[in-house]
Amino acid sequence: MPVIAPTEAKKNYDVVIVGSGAGGGQMAYLLAMEGLKVLVLEAGRMVDPAREAAMFHTPNQAPLRAVATPDKQYGFYDHSVASGWEIPGEPYTNISKEEKREFFWWRQRMMGGRTNHWGRVSLRNGPYDFKTRTRQGVGLDWPISYDDLAPYYDKVEMLAGIFGANEGIENSPDSSPGVLLPPPKFRAGELLAREKAKTLGISVVPVHRAILTKTQDADRVPGKLHPGNPSAQRLLAENMRMRAKCFFATDCHRGCSIGAAFDSTTVFLRPALKSGNLDILPHAMARKVTVDGNGRATGVVYIDRRDGIEHHASGRAIVIAASSQESVRLLFNSTSRQFPDGIGNTNGLVGKYITDSVSSSFSAQIPALENLPLHNEDGAVGQQAYMPFWLNKELQQGKLGFSGGYKLLTVSGRKMPNINSGRSFDWLSDGDGILFGRKLKEDARRYYGSILGIGAQGAMAASDDCYSELDPDQKDQWGIPTLRFHWKFSDDELKQVAHQQESMASILESMGARFNRPPAIDDPIKAVKEGGKTIHEVGGAIMGEDPAKSVTNQWCQVWDVPNLVVADGATFPNTADKNPTLTIMAVAWRAADRLIENLKKGTI
Amino acid sequence: MDKDSTDARIDRRTALQWISAASVAIPSLDLQPAVAQDTTAVGYGSDPDLLKIYQPGDLWPLTFSDSQRHHMSVLCDLIIPAEDSSPAASELGVHDFIDEWISSPYPGQKADRNLILKGLNHLELEEFFEKTPEEQFSICSEMAIAAKRNRREFPGSFFLRIRDLVSGGYFTTPEGMKDIGYRGNQAMPEWNGPPAEVLERLGLEPQ
Repeated sequence: MPVIAPTEAKKNYDVVIVGSGAGGGQMAYLLAMEGLKVLVLEAGRMVDPAREAAMFHTPNQAPLRAVATPDKQYGFYDHSVASGWEIPGEPYTNISKEEKREFFWWRQRMMGGRTNHWGRVSLRNGPYDFKTRTRQGVGLDWPISYDDLAPYYDKVEMLAGIFGANEGIENSPDSSPGVLLPPPKFRAGELLAREKAKTLGISVVPVHRAILTKTQDADRVPGKLHPGNPSAQRLLAENMRMRAKCFFATDCHRGCSIGAAFDSTTVFLRPALKSGNLDILPHAMARKVTVDGNGRATGVVYIDRRDGIEHHASGRAIVIAASSQESVRLLFNSTSRQFPDGIGNTNGLVGKYITDSVSSSFSAQIPALENLPLHNEDGAVGQQAYMPFWLNKELQQGKLGFSGGYKLLTVSGRKMPNINSGRSFDWLSDGDGILFGRKLKEDARRYYGSILGIGAQGAMAASDDCYSELDPDQKDQWGIPTLRFHWKFSDDELKQVAHQQESMASILESMGARFNRPPAIDDPIKAVKEGGKTIHEVGGAIMGEDPAKSVTNQWCQVWDVPNLVVADGATFPNTADKNPTLTIMAVAWRAADRLIENLKKGTI
Repeated sequence: MDKDSTDARIDRRTALQWISAASVAIPSLDLQPAVAQDTTAVGYGSDPDLLKIYQPGDLWPLTFSDSQRHHMSVLCDLIIPAEDSSPAASELGVHDFIDEWISSPYPGQKADRNLILKGLNHLELEEFFEKTPEEQFSICSEMAIAAKRNRREFPGSFFLRIRDLVSGGYFTTPEGMKDIGYRGNQAMPEWNGPPAEVLERLGLEPQ
């Protein structure tokens, strides 16, 4: 079974999946490996990272030194195709234009979805992150606990390949022994940060990322992940052997032609296609989920983006994993006699409780890092170290004035220069004028690599202020109604941002930093990144224990329609101070196990 | 020299006249179009070939006349001169990158197009390019001081922006990367962290 056109689709599939990213890819892999006949609908084109990633190109080989443009919104070499916050013909709106009240919606229109466009940071949610309401008195609890998900985290980590270390950190759980791959050595700035931040009671530890620092154990892991399924074991072993380990150069955002960095296409879809059980249909924009007279999902109406012609794909079960807000939009637009306000929306909760990481950043210059002996600091390119939240007790006791913790990621090192590399040093120089001439070259050599940035990503609890709904007027280029967003950071979150700023400044100060601006402690609204800009948005079809208060159950089955599963971040009742992708995959795996069981038993 | 202008490049005299008119009308940094953009220019689309190696002029027509191009190369080398260890900006074609940049069909470069053409025109009218290298350096120093005092006031605003683009254009070439001290972008069998002498300098224990 292969990549197909609409006319080549089978009459019926066991499962039709909308979306090919972290959630949809994970589902497709597991279902196909278990012998179910699967169709994946993907709105974008097929993209092969092995052939299309421009890994070693330097900016002077690209138009405009590879800076971001409306055509390539994350830079020319970013491994994104037809993707961005603004896509021609595919609008969305915001109810408010006030500062930091707008939500920016990144869409990834390509095979593998957003797994192509990701720093690969893969930290587990901790036990507290599932119980925000119980612990902090805000937001919502998940219907599951960390212990329910822990075995799935182990499996996802073994399949994807995650480097990191077990440090025994409160609310940032260890993996089972033997699951993680070794973390890369720290860079000079990370070592210095570790040494100095100690004095503040803050630990700097290896981050976890979905990058192979050594080749996967193709003899041992497949048996653990697919017990009693020799064909799946064989396919996985073969795929693992096709992935090389990291060569410690080039940004993962450029894509990884050697398969060292995880993406859905390389890790999920490639072996799933070889199972013979998966069809992939690119250019397919899902329009609505269809239901029969009993309100059971029967298939998906989709539009071939190349000719605008509508088709229908049928399945015994339907999985939607189109990215959280695209899945929400699909639920809204799946209207029928039984579900006039959209499928799953009987209680009016579709679109509600969107959250994103509460993010801000701060940087300064570290004189100790000036003029270091020249050396290659690419390492795993990107984050290698982070500072897990260190004030959990104070947080729970309400001593901090806010309710969500945050992690800090260091961004250090002698990175590949970009268009801004020559303009950053005026404030460090003692001259009367801006730098130019020999003095510019001298100072650039002196200060390059001595700027240390820190990025904070914090927890966000569900609130009534952040949600999406159908825009009453607007439609996209195919006539499909579009989303309208409501967004507002709470005072609680802004206090968290002020605390982030203060902490980052303290850490930099402990390292002897020179500052060119103060941290935005008194004006956190200025410092907080806009909603959606961290591209971690989740929620809108949240899971819960009570059908009256949630859209899906703990296995991501829509309450009203048990053969409809939402397998992306839309089911998350909050955003933890961890990146969502690893948890999307773990939750999808748990949902896939349930779905397979239900399909085999014929209970849905 | 104007006779040698390619079709893609706007006639220098015409450009000068347009810019002079604009300069008289609007004395400081402005966002009004100083020179009409080639309206047929389009971007590379949302799915360009990432593996191809692009040169200025491959994707959209360039702007500079031959003399503007030459003048820009002089300015490039005042901003990034040659040293024993590394070449000057013009040797790496940074002036052609500036031409590509100001000729871009994207909105992000529009303001730069106006400012840079206006600045170049200003220097030409001041006969900057007929002066000795020492005199040129001294005028640049004045503009650099003005830019540090007020980044919005012309011509300091122009010098700041062209300095940003020339230095950014330079340090994003392999030669410029080597000069600034970047040693990466090479496949490595292992990554062993910073060398011992770096750790020693920072007073840190080996990992």
